[in-house]
Amino acid sequence: MKRFSTDRLWSIAVLTPSVILLAVFVYGFIFRTAYTSLTDWGNDPAQAFSLTPIIRFIGLQNYHDLFTSSLNSRFRQDLVSTLFFTVFFIAGCLILGLGMALLLDRNPKAEGLWRTIFLFPMSLSFIVTGTIWRWMLQPQGGLNQLFHLDPATNGWLTSRESIWSFDWNKIPLITAVVVGLALLWVAWRAVRDGQRTRTWVAAGCAALLLLWALVIGPNVKLLPSPELHGFNIAFIGIIIAAVWQMSGYTMALYLAGLRGIPEELREASRVDGANEWNTYRHVIFPLLAPITLSAMIILGHISLKIFDLVFAMTGPDNGPTDVPALLMYITSFRQNALAVGAAIGTVLLLLVAVIIIPYLASQFRTQEGHA
Amino acid sequence: MKKSIKNALVITAALGLTAQALAANKIEIFSWWAGDEGPALAALIKLYEQKYPTVKVDNATVTGGAGTNAKAVLKTRMLGGDPPDSFQAHAGQELTGTWVVADRMEDLSSLYKSEGWASKFPKAVIDLISYKGGIYSVPVDVHRSNVMWYVPANLKKWGVSVPKTWAEMLTTCNTLKAKGVAAPLVMGENWTQQMVWESIATAMLGPQGWNNLWNGKLKFTDPKVVDTFTMYGKVLDCANKDASGLSWQQATDRVLSGQSAFNIMGDWAAGYMTTTKKLKPGTGFAWSPSPGTSGTFIMLADSFGLPKGAKDRTEVLNWLKVLGSKEGQDAFNPLKGSIAARTDSNLSKYGAYSRSAAKDWKSNTIVGSMVHGAAAPESFTSGFGSINDAFVSSHDAKAAAQASQDLATQARIGM
Repeated sequence: MKRFSTDRLWSIAVLTPSVILLAVFVYGFIFRTAYTSLTDWGNDPAQAFSLTPIIRFIGLQNYHDLFTSSLNSRFRQDLVSTLFFTVFFIAGCLILGLGMALLLDRNPKAEGLWRTIFLFPMSLSFIVTGTIWRWMLQPQGGLNQLFHLDPATNGWLTSRESIWSFDWNKIPLITAVVVGLALLWVAWRAVRDGQRTRTWVAAGCAALLLLWALVIGPNVKLLPSPELHGFNIAFIGIIIAAVWQMSGYTMALYLAGLRGIPEELREASRVDGANEWNTYRHVIFPLLAPITLSAMIILGHISLKIFDLVFAMTGPDNGPTDVPALLMYITSFRQNALAVGAAIGTVLLLLVAVIIIPYLASQFRTQEGHA
Repeated sequence: MKKSIKNALVITAALGLTAQALAANKIEIFSWWAGDEGPALAALIKLYEQKYPTVKVDNATVTGGAGTNAKAVLKTRMLGGDPPDSFQAHAGQELTGTWVVADRMEDLSSLYKSEGWASKFPKAVIDLISYKGGIYSVPVDVHRSNVMWYVPANLKKWGVSVPKTWAEMLTTCNTLKAKGVAAPLVMGENWTQQMVWESIATAMLGPQGWNNLWNGKLKFTDPKVVDTFTMYGKVLDCANKDASGLSWQQATDRVLSGQSAFNIMGDWAAGYMTTTKKLKPGTGFAWSPSPGTSGTFIMLADSFGLPKGAKDRTEVLNWLKVLGSKEGQDAFNPLKGSIAARTDSNLSKYGAYSRSAAKDWKSNTIVGSMVHGAAAPESFTSGFGSINDAFVSSHDAKAAAQASQDLATQARIGM
């Protein structure tokens, strides 16, 4: 009888609607999108918007085209841009956020006011932020005027330069080398910990991968001709705007973390003879590590799926500042290639999943550990 | 007490019925005409309401330049089985290549016959909106994409004349650069750059060659087409480097301020300069066909059609009759800054620029614009934006031509 207590019934009744809505509108649509990406819907214009479209299943063809067809180099540049953007955006937010939190932690005058000022940008939507920064970073716009910079050489958002370029054809090679080195490191750790089997498996795999990279890798070609992708300078403007918007958020997280550190710990370190810097380095920063991880997860998925900020700042057609989410919108709703759009969406989902799933797994594990 | 409830119920039911009876006479018009273009649409709707006072017009405008947002909304509505009664689409491939091939539109041939429109609209326009013998929409306005704008006083000051060919443009460009004009030609964001390529290609291939690109008789890999990209690359060297950050209005402003000499833009620029900037056509600003395209009119047009499954079919047919009438076109176009698609419009209602454009409309060879959805299907136009972007960075004419041909094959052009 206990199983059907009123509380339990209530909780089931209250939760059911959201469970159903989630099942349909999140997981159902994810499944539908993933399935659509495996079809040829929209590749034939006559079928794209037909009342009774003939949609054929073509397996992974769309993904294959995205990564290797000569017409999809924009998608590949977008992937590279997103990775660079993510790294700089997260680094910028963490450093700036931590800096502001440390300043506020020293209890300056009018602390509440500063907190509000730092946190304020986050209350704006990305569209508003984008529009403001678009005005400021235009060639004839605010920043160039303010600092008397030459608009011809200071194209914040209009630069077509690209640095750190590498050949897309070398992606399998680079991947093999990176994974191989990572496995070598695992093997070395295993040696230190005295785990025999682990050492042998990791070292063997690393050797195989590195051998492949040395012998076969240089001859693998994804594309008939070399294709350079790099970090587009025009992204700097967008990174500035994005950091401006989100660093207040990391500041709030870090400040909460700093305030949560008991005063006894700081006193103890002082008693042990540590100076201010050593206190931070050996006591406070390690304690902030979990906060850094949470912030990275949140910022990471924001940056991977970013759309509105870029749309507002440089529009949907500016190659040097394009991101996959924008390309997905254009491919689906302008080019009418619905299946290819779905494939881009699925790639984005996978990228976000790569960040989120390990985090969720570790969260669940620690929760179980506490329980 | 009970009786009053009963009465209330009866009254509500009666009200519901009348509301339904009224609702039977309604029409939903879906467009992206807001802001500056709103009054023109309002004038059309007013005319329609005068003729059909019992019909309630639902003006379903989705804002956003050139329909970027509206088209996405329209597509989701069509996929969801909820078509608007009548929607705006650029005449040409944007309509036929997306909606007509998908069998979503009704054939309007009988309407053209009963209204006698076959002789009123130029044949080139009717060809653009025809597919396999049927006519699928009613064009309401016409814009020209190959117009070059300049300020006569500035040209006089620099001592240069308007170039008649692209080769002349390059010489003029060097002269101007020597006189300290860093970017003699000003361009804006991606689609305005594509309009320059479109002008160059039409000039170098000729109207027939341009049309052959879109019916598959001329391949993009043909040396003649590669040459258009080479020329485009040289023209880009005459232009501003910050193009991607400028809207077309900001690009026009640079011509007006004397930072640049020329700008190639559709004739909505005339409206901007006369209405917003209060300049006099002919003295404050002047125009000529873009170099090498004299005698050719690269057109784009807005049109409305009748989607299959529209809920208010009769009202839509009446709406289309108003759109295609001389009266309707002359009410709409002077406000929109475009010219009437009909050749018999009342020119006294139009401004100086529009009168000259209307004259050309009747005498020139008419071809469709690729950028604005007349000549090429949406899948091509959208992909060409990326090709243009890659070309602006690389200046590799061969690669751009090859990519365009791959894109044309994927978009099934000429098949």
